[in-house]
Amino acid sequence: MCAVCGCGGDDKPRDLHFGQGAAGAHLPGLSQARMVKIERDILGHNDALAAENRKRFAEQGVLVLNLVSSPGSGKTTLLCRTAADLQLRYPVAVVEGDQQTSFDADRIRATGVPAVQVNTGKGCHLDALMIGRAVEQLGLADESVLFVENVGNLVCPAGFDLGEAAKVVILSVTEGEDKPLKYPDMFAAAELMILNKIDLLPYLSFDVERSVGFARQVNPGIDLLNVSATTGQGLDGWYDWIEQRRRQVVAARPRPAGAEGR
Amino acid sequence: MHEMSLAEGVLRLLDEQAAAQRFERVLTIWLEIGELSTVDPESLRFCLEAIKKDTLAAGAKLEIIRTPGQAFCMDCGKPVRVAQRYDSCPECGGGSLQVTGGEEMRVKELEVE
Repeated sequence: MCAVCGCGGDDKPRDLHFGQGAAGAHLPGLSQARMVKIERDILGHNDALAAENRKRFAEQGVLVLNLVSSPGSGKTTLLCRTAADLQLRYPVAVVEGDQQTSFDADRIRATGVPAVQVNTGKGCHLDALMIGRAVEQLGLADESVLFVENVGNLVCPAGFDLGEAAKVVILSVTEGEDKPLKYPDMFAAAELMILNKIDLLPYLSFDVERSVGFARQVNPGIDLLNVSATTGQGLDGWYDWIEQRRRQVVAARPRPAGAEGR
Repeated sequence: MHEMSLAEGVLRLLDEQAAAQRFERVLTIWLEIGELSTVDPESLRFCLEAIKKDTLAAGAKLEIIRTPGQAFCMDCGKPVRVAQRYDSCPECGGGSLQVTGGEEMRVKELEVE
């Protein structure tokens, strides 16, 4: 159908509209350029798939957390310990994102928690389509917690919504305390910053107060927790944070019709 | 290299719009890229140039409009202009700014035929 006046529907011949180009005065036979208002987000396709994921998670009452950090922050160690501890309380599943290898998913599976590895190949981040596929593989339990360990990268994963409830950024004390300022998009997108490896603080010159100040500078509302995934210090606070979020998701879960009052 | 994913997103949008709005070629693409968005405009331009060959945008000119970073200062309550996420408030020097604008990455308009 013609975009100018709607003629040509029902397979009828289309009228010819000249003079509708950008300049409004083109001669017949010359280029008929016209302007089209689009106003569409470049990430609109990913965002639509993320919305589908989010809808599914909400229906099942599943809390999904997207863990992001640089490589080497101790994300997988934290996740192994977390998954092993929390699976005693409720069902837990993990999606592992890496460019190559299934090392991380293997480590998670060794704890008894189901995990799917997503290899991004040349890609630098997970996207909503990958999560949708991974979740089909996993088969999510109702009212469970799904952890997504994103590709180790403080830049690209900031822009890609996976349908998660929150991004959790992990910074370790063996890194620079100024990372929140160097990679502000990620720290702005996260709802919680976990400072990991705090058992190493006595041996390092890392200034915790300074890193917290920097994180607040880019994200005044960010929650903060200090942990050591190796010694277990501070993990209770992390589990409480998860539990609080999980309760909100479970409470908001739509009940099937006829199930009220049960 | 997430700019490549974004460039693919732009081409996907053009394809969808070409079918919906009946055009065959894109002559100019106007992108709106906020100063606080997660993309470097020149990298995005580079990626689009690389992948637009043999598409309906093969000959398209790319115009990038930068939209300013805007924030609300939670200390002095004023809307302010910011260049980076970690800027302090230019009015009161406070450090608690909530970003309110300049994060967009959009295809704004097309010249087509």
